[in-house]
Amino acid sequence: MIPFLRGCIVAVLAAAPASAADNVTSFTLDNGLDVVVIEDHRAPVVVQMVWYRAGAADEKPGVSGVAHFLEHLMFKGTENLASGEFSRTVEANGGSDNAFTSWDFTAYYQRIAADRLELVMKMEADRMRGLLLSETDWQTEREVIIEERNQRTDSDPGAIFGEQKRAAQYLNHPYGTPVIGWRHEMEKLTRRDALDWYRTYYAPNDAILIVAGDVQPDEVKQLAETYYGPLEPSPGIGPRERRQEPPQLAERRLSFSDPRVSQPVVSRSYLAPERDPGAQEQAAALTILAELLGGNGQTSILARKLQFESKVALYAGAFYDGTSYDDTTFGLAVVPSTGTSLAEVEAALDRVIAEFLETGVDAEQLARVKTQIGADMIYSRDNVEGLARRYGEGLTSGLTLADIEAWPEVLASVTEEDVMAAAREVFDRRRAVTGWLMRDGDEEVMQ
Amino acid sequence: MIRILRAALLLLMIFIYAHRAHAEVEIQEVTSPGGIRAWLVEEHSIPFTALELRFEGGTSLDAPGKRGATVLMTALLEEGSGTFDSQGFAAKREALAADFGFDAYADAVTVSARMLTENRDEAVSLLKGALVDPSFDPDAIERVRAQVLSIIQSDAKDPGAIARQALDELAYGDHPYGSSRNGTADSVGALTRDDLFAAKAASMVRDKLFVAAVGDITAEELGVLLDRLLGDLPKAGAPMPPHVVPSLTGGVTVEDFASPQSVVVFGQGGIARDDPDFFAAYVLNHIVGGQGFGSRLMDEVREKRGLTYGISTYLVSLDLAETWQGSFASANEKVAEAVTVVRDQWSAIASGGISKAELDAAKTYLTGSYPLRFDGNERIANILVGMQSEGLPISYVNDRNSYIEAVTLDDVKRVAKRLMTPDAMRFVVVGRPVGLDGTN
Repeated sequence: MIPFLRGCIVAVLAAAPASAADNVTSFTLDNGLDVVVIEDHRAPVVVQMVWYRAGAADEKPGVSGVAHFLEHLMFKGTENLASGEFSRTVEANGGSDNAFTSWDFTAYYQRIAADRLELVMKMEADRMRGLLLSETDWQTEREVIIEERNQRTDSDPGAIFGEQKRAAQYLNHPYGTPVIGWRHEMEKLTRRDALDWYRTYYAPNDAILIVAGDVQPDEVKQLAETYYGPLEPSPGIGPRERRQEPPQLAERRLSFSDPRVSQPVVSRSYLAPERDPGAQEQAAALTILAELLGGNGQTSILARKLQFESKVALYAGAFYDGTSYDDTTFGLAVVPSTGTSLAEVEAALDRVIAEFLETGVDAEQLARVKTQIGADMIYSRDNVEGLARRYGEGLTSGLTLADIEAWPEVLASVTEEDVMAAAREVFDRRRAVTGWLMRDGDEEVMQ
Repeated sequence: MIRILRAALLLLMIFIYAHRAHAEVEIQEVTSPGGIRAWLVEEHSIPFTALELRFEGGTSLDAPGKRGATVLMTALLEEGSGTFDSQGFAAKREALAADFGFDAYADAVTVSARMLTENRDEAVSLLKGALVDPSFDPDAIERVRAQVLSIIQSDAKDPGAIARQALDELAYGDHPYGSSRNGTADSVGALTRDDLFAAKAASMVRDKLFVAAVGDITAEELGVLLDRLLGDLPKAGAPMPPHVVPSLTGGVTVEDFASPQSVVVFGQGGIARDDPDFFAAYVLNHIVGGQGFGSRLMDEVREKRGLTYGISTYLVSLDLAETWQGSFASANEKVAEAVTVVRDQWSAIASGGISKAELDAAKTYLTGSYPLRFDGNERIANILVGMQSEGLPISYVNDRNSYIEAVTLDDVKRVAKRLMTPDAMRFVVVGRPVGLDGTN
């Protein structure tokens, strides 16, 4: 089959186990910096990542986008490095570097020859506390992030729809605000906003250092103590407290049409629990549920019923990623086939869900899903950078190393009854947002 | 009998970074008892094997009037074979926890597989069915055809796809490179089951095949695997289409599209992979618009002026034609300025405006990053199959950095003068650009 709507609907094997066999070592420096080392000696390459436990959902109201804005400004220099010199130095040594921001974290990484670890560690430690921002640098960079918003969101009706839908999903929790920021607030971000954010969160006691590749834990420890060890912790780092969602009591529905839409879609998301430290069982059951319902384009329940049997859909999928600090969502998406209306395809989707709640899990399908989860523990070892990301995302979502390492085992022990209990709990329309994305001039009326 | 023709110790002495004895990549050339050749890197630390197949020709081999046949055929390979229907095939693959990927590109049909050691024989049998005996079941054809048609519709409303398509059409006209490999709604709508078998017979043949394997497998085991998996494929397929010279002229093409931002793709003539100046051009492209944040265009258009989120350029050296292209997106009000900056930089560099410092930075990056590419079974298998398709020897892995090192400032300036034709650069702008009009 054709990989459909790539980039719009997320692939679902978020099962993503990381195992105890990953050659993982961890320790904490006196100033509070957590360090994780993942060894892979097949090639002379190392990845250094620094993850801050601060993301867009930690922003104050009115400055949406500041976490991501600061991420861009982190390449602008310190007392010891001129603007742009960080990346130039990495590249001059054959490496590559970048950074990424989400709701729960901001992370920086370099990929470079293993014997250059000291060089990038020195520079990364330097900018953890020593950032300097000139007047021109921050103003030009604000133009760049607005162009980024133009490119990623405002030029893509699917992305605008997703942003609107997310805002409808969260009445109170900051997950409803886009990471890139609302445009009118981005346009007013200042140097002061960025530095306030930086001074609050960029400190060793709010960070996790992950070093993965052809390195020895002793060597990493010695280098980390040398370069990160002297940095002062920030006194203001406390538990992350965010406004939480009130109980959702009424279903929300929205429709959006745009001349640039070519393929209509029905998208439904339900508020759902995330992986919690020491209590990942329900998230594991939801992970398996998403696989069973919509993980494979041929064998999943939604694909079989909607694409193969009734042929009302071109594509049908389910998605859930439990790695999140606060409550997340369980999503369903269906693209109708030619001649099928959104109302019809949504009704068909609801019938499949209702039927599944009646008939339950096919034991053979569950066994196949578990086989794949087991194999992923082998395949994932081929990509040490991917493994490092799993640890970073897990740790910044409030999980412990023990939780991350237990995850494959938790997934493996999910039973049919667990899946059905999770399904009955999550599939409650009163806690759902349903969106219709439509072509201009081709709108249907939502009931 | 397996003949191991060559084994080379690689990366060990050449690269200053790659000095650890346990990290070299040892490439073997394997010929199966049945005469199928492959490159192999044994890596027994993880119990799986990555296998990469590349059939030269790809969607360029679509027969006249059958545009989209190779894409549709490739997408249907995993939709059932022998006794398996579509769902049966997928369920079996899931039960084995094997992964198969089938893709069709302008120059190749590719198959990427990863298989666990514990059930590799069964996984090979399943994959063989897809490669040798796909069913192309009528139901599956209609289902996947509808998916392809939906992608064609989406591309018609995607400014990036519209821009790329417009530039290809200007450059290549009626040659297969000049149209989308997915085909049009009309051409895909008319494809028959026989067309799919014909497309497969044209492209998925042993004469056009390159193979690489990396992972938990020995040369002898690989030889047996190759004969089982590929021995029943036909030997010869369709002849390759002729070379073509891109016919790009200078100027701006504007395609109206309602969006706050304009997407720009620009292009001019390029350079062949076997041209003696290729490495100088490769280094030059890195200086102008290569990866990372340090390129001239990234600095001038993004860092200094904030006109875009990102800009890059790339040498598109295909099997049958060469162009040099770049792309970016800017707000409608800013795009005219961005185009001017690109054009000015192109002129300045063409007339020798490159510094020794820029050259040195490019060379240290390109030579230093090369060994870092070899850091996973799947990544290595991809590199090895790509090298074979470009006609490079195994020793290239050792020699490649010396070609980069040999490039001098004079070379780069000479090649800039030879290749860069700012007056023959075509900009395709899709959006509502302010102060930028189309020209012929």
